[in-house]
Amino acid sequence: MTATGPATVPATAALALGDDALVLSHRLGEWAGHAPVLEEEVALANIALDLLGQARVLLSLAGDEDELAYLREERAFRNLQLVEQPNGDFAHTIARQLYFSTYQLLLHTELAAGNGPFAPLAAKAVKEIAYHRDHAEQWTLRLGDGTEDSHERMRRASEALWRFTGEMFQPVEGLDADWAGMEERWLESVRDVLTRATLTVPEGPRTGAWSAGAGRQGLHTEPFGRMLAEMQHLHRSHPGASW
Amino acid sequence: MVTATALEAELLELAGSVPDPELPVLTLQELGVVRAVRLDGPDTAEVDLTPTYTGCPAVEAMSLDIERVLRAHGMREVTVRTVLAPAWSTDDITPEGRRKLQEFGIAPPRVHHGTGPVPLALGPIRTREPETEPVRCPHCGCADTELLSRFSSTACKALRRCLACREPFDHFKEL
Repeated sequence: MTATGPATVPATAALALGDDALVLSHRLGEWAGHAPVLEEEVALANIALDLLGQARVLLSLAGDEDELAYLREERAFRNLQLVEQPNGDFAHTIARQLYFSTYQLLLHTELAAGNGPFAPLAAKAVKEIAYHRDHAEQWTLRLGDGTEDSHERMRRASEALWRFTGEMFQPVEGLDADWAGMEERWLESVRDVLTRATLTVPEGPRTGAWSAGAGRQGLHTEPFGRMLAEMQHLHRSHPGASW
Repeated sequence: MVTATALEAELLELAGSVPDPELPVLTLQELGVVRAVRLDGPDTAEVDLTPTYTGCPAVEAMSLDIERVLRAHGMREVTVRTVLAPAWSTDDITPEGRRKLQEFGIAPPRVHHGTGPVPLALGPIRTREPETEPVRCPHCGCADTELLSRFSSTACKALRRCLACREPFDHFKEL
């Protein structure tokens, strides 16, 4: 795919945003064949496809999309640790979607309003992300305010992923955004959904000593290596293979 | 101001006449995705194509089809560029395109009245338009329909069901 943009694209930022989209897309794709109902399988695959499209445009701004996706080692990826977390049960996937899509919507809304190199993609992506955010919100409400079991699972998931949410608001070089303001709006938005879902906002810290901004610097959690091995296996075994 | 030549206009019409690979009842012109055709030489054309969704897998098939049609019309070199801005909107689907979608059994997207901040309207609340018009069943026209899934056979559609005739149907989501 060819995308047009000014020649001076901040590569760090293109990689950070592109890797977020690529890695989450792959995680969501892992649900194919395993989702609780057929409609959700289709929904998660569609969200994954939107993210893959965004990743392709962003990685192409930074270099060769296939080389970047398939031939980089773990330490060269710049995605948030949140998006590489395993799918877990359906509630974990939904909590990850809620946290990430709320962040992505705020960030891309800001980027779309500016006139930087990411504005054209952001203006397009923001419309897609609005549907992802809505999907996550509706499921959080349904699970949180559902049965005793679904409530408990949604509570556990929202708490387990909480410590990965602080990293999202570490400024990214080359992105002009009001990070502190976004963080405030993110907290407000997530609190509103969790409260309506009869859940409480987790109390734990939103970063650990080792996880603050770590993914953006190439430090990843243990499951990420296994995910990459699966994602890159085919291309590495059969270089240049195509459908 | 660049004005299109007669040949450019003709090529634009040809590119627009290509059927959508996933919804062949619609042409690319009716879908509103072919933005422009420029001649860079007597037989060298450049086409601007915008994707419906960023990850739309049909873009590659559309590009190949456009290249084929323009080559058959005497162009030696055809380049199809993917352009993102301004972002495609379902409002870019022509009225004829909407009619064909409905005939095909897909509820067409409702027309937006712009995105972004909602303009403030002063005046009695009862005179205001309802926030959103209902999605009508493409089979029986009933307005009483329910959402089954936010995402359907493709990212651009949602799955709904008619509460009158009970038929499930795809709805082209507003974007």
